[in-house]
Amino acid sequence: MRQSLGGGLAVASLILIAGIAIAFAIGRYPISLIELGRVLLAKITGEPSALSPAVETVIWQIRGPRVVAAVLVGAGLSVAGAAFQGLFRNPLVSPDILGASSGAALGAVLGIYFSLGVFGIQGLAFIGGLAAVIAVYGIGSALRGGDTILVLVLTGVVVGSLLGAGIGLIKYLADPYNQLPAITFWLLGSLSATSPSDLLPLLGPVLAGTFVLLALRWRMNAMSLPEEEARALGIPTGLLRAAVVAAATLATAASVSAAGIIGWVGLVVPHLARFLVGPSFPRLLPTTAILGGGYLLLIDTLARTMAVVEVPLGILTAVIGTPFFIALLRQAHRSWS
Amino acid sequence: MILEARDLTVGYGSHAVGSGFNVAISGGEVLALLGPNGGGKTTLLKTLLGLLPPLEGEIRLSDATLAKLSVRERARHVAYVPQVHSGLFAFSVEELVLMGRSAHTPLLAGPSQLDRDITRATIERLGIRHLAQKPYTQISGGERQLALVARALAQEPRLVIFDEPTASLDFGNQGKVMQEVRRLAADGLGVIFSTHDPNQALRHADRALLLRDGRTLALGRSRDVITQENLRALYGTDILKVGAGGEAAFLPG
Repeated sequence: MRQSLGGGLAVASLILIAGIAIAFAIGRYPISLIELGRVLLAKITGEPSALSPAVETVIWQIRGPRVVAAVLVGAGLSVAGAAFQGLFRNPLVSPDILGASSGAALGAVLGIYFSLGVFGIQGLAFIGGLAAVIAVYGIGSALRGGDTILVLVLTGVVVGSLLGAGIGLIKYLADPYNQLPAITFWLLGSLSATSPSDLLPLLGPVLAGTFVLLALRWRMNAMSLPEEEARALGIPTGLLRAAVVAAATLATAASVSAAGIIGWVGLVVPHLARFLVGPSFPRLLPTTAILGGGYLLLIDTLARTMAVVEVPLGILTAVIGTPFFIALLRQAHRSWS
Repeated sequence: MILEARDLTVGYGSHAVGSGFNVAISGGEVLALLGPNGGGKTTLLKTLLGLLPPLEGEIRLSDATLAKLSVRERARHVAYVPQVHSGLFAFSVEELVLMGRSAHTPLLAGPSQLDRDITRATIERLGIRHLAQKPYTQISGGERQLALVARALAQEPRLVIFDEPTASLDFGNQGKVMQEVRRLAADGLGVIFSTHDPNQALRHADRALLLRDGRTLALGRSRDVITQENLRALYGTDILKVGAGGEAAFLPG
């Protein structure tokens, strides 16, 4: 079932729109698309919407920011995942591969441990993610010789495990009554605490990272070839790889600092998008971005509504991601179409 | 002269793999690199492609020094046909050939109509139009090699360098690919290929460079340098000659 870009984008957009409609329609205050439209229209024209202030509050303060955050985080993680899969010539990698997620997690956990505010936690998460990638990239480049990509991936695994040890240490030292539950909840991934003020620090980096990756999409097919082949085709691989890594890390770190660790999205969504439009990056990346937004929004709605208490988002994405990964392994070394 | 290399020392970092190479190739000419494994064939090929800097000596193109060109400029002069690989992502043959236009397209731009036309024409030329929309991962080894040749041609190079073009192909496909090699030369391109098969070099190359242990054992017209005596020295084993003159062939042992 391989479609043109238009067809793939249409399917992905339908899923995203359905996700938005469902997200607003389900919950303690159900809001129909018509009500949402009236509120949006009223905001644009400046007229009063004639709806209850409760509906407006739910849209602007509670559900709206959460929907926007879910779409942005889903799109950012998915596009970063697709880019990393191409760059590392491995359809089984995800944004965690360069230590971006674990670095950001260690930063955020430190922020919670030192009782910093929301911005402090986000800032540290962001710095941690970027520092981890720079460390992995630096060590990987210093250990030149042999397969550069393999060295880089292995370095990512090693650094990631060291960061995991750091997180474990802080959990061990943390106050078991106040800090440990917060750390644990954050590590499981959640969008429940999203407020309108969280959107700006998320919006900028995710959009910037996604934009750079989309701009480079025409060269990414050739970049997914063995390095010497790509260079012989005239691809300045060093420069472009650095740009892709930086952009994908930016999107990942911003997502993790806003929503905690949400695994598997960057692995699952690019494969679903490949199923729609095939592996060619000029079609794959735009489709992945839109599909990723819809995918995470649907899962977040499920996390919010399936039980009396909210289920952590990271748990749901893992429950869906793990069997998906096993199915992928089963067909490994066949074609990744 | 399309490419001329003088007193070339090749290798990785500070480790020299071979030295004293003199390679020159003109348009319309096919040069074979022949020799045992570990003799420096691949290192020399990569150096001629500009993927490895020469440790000593200089590689000159007709109007420039290879080392001074950017990656993109280099790709417009010299194209590379790697050994057939299985591929990872199931790009269609057309998408694969379109990658050959990378060096002609601005870094952030998609393919122009010209790029698409050239892609279509090279696919046509290699007689693989029926494969254009098929995934590269689902066609045969011989078809993959033709697709890789089409991609190199789409680069519009003056020199095409093959790394063991028939290494994993069956007998019939070996012939097909070598015919394409000759056709490239007939159209005025320079062609260099490495091979394990003396008969292939004898039959399809105008000149041959025999290399062993990083040194040139012989360089000259194929039928002059591919002799029983030279092959014995090259492979360090007995070589049987069958036939004579232009029909001669060599068997190991």
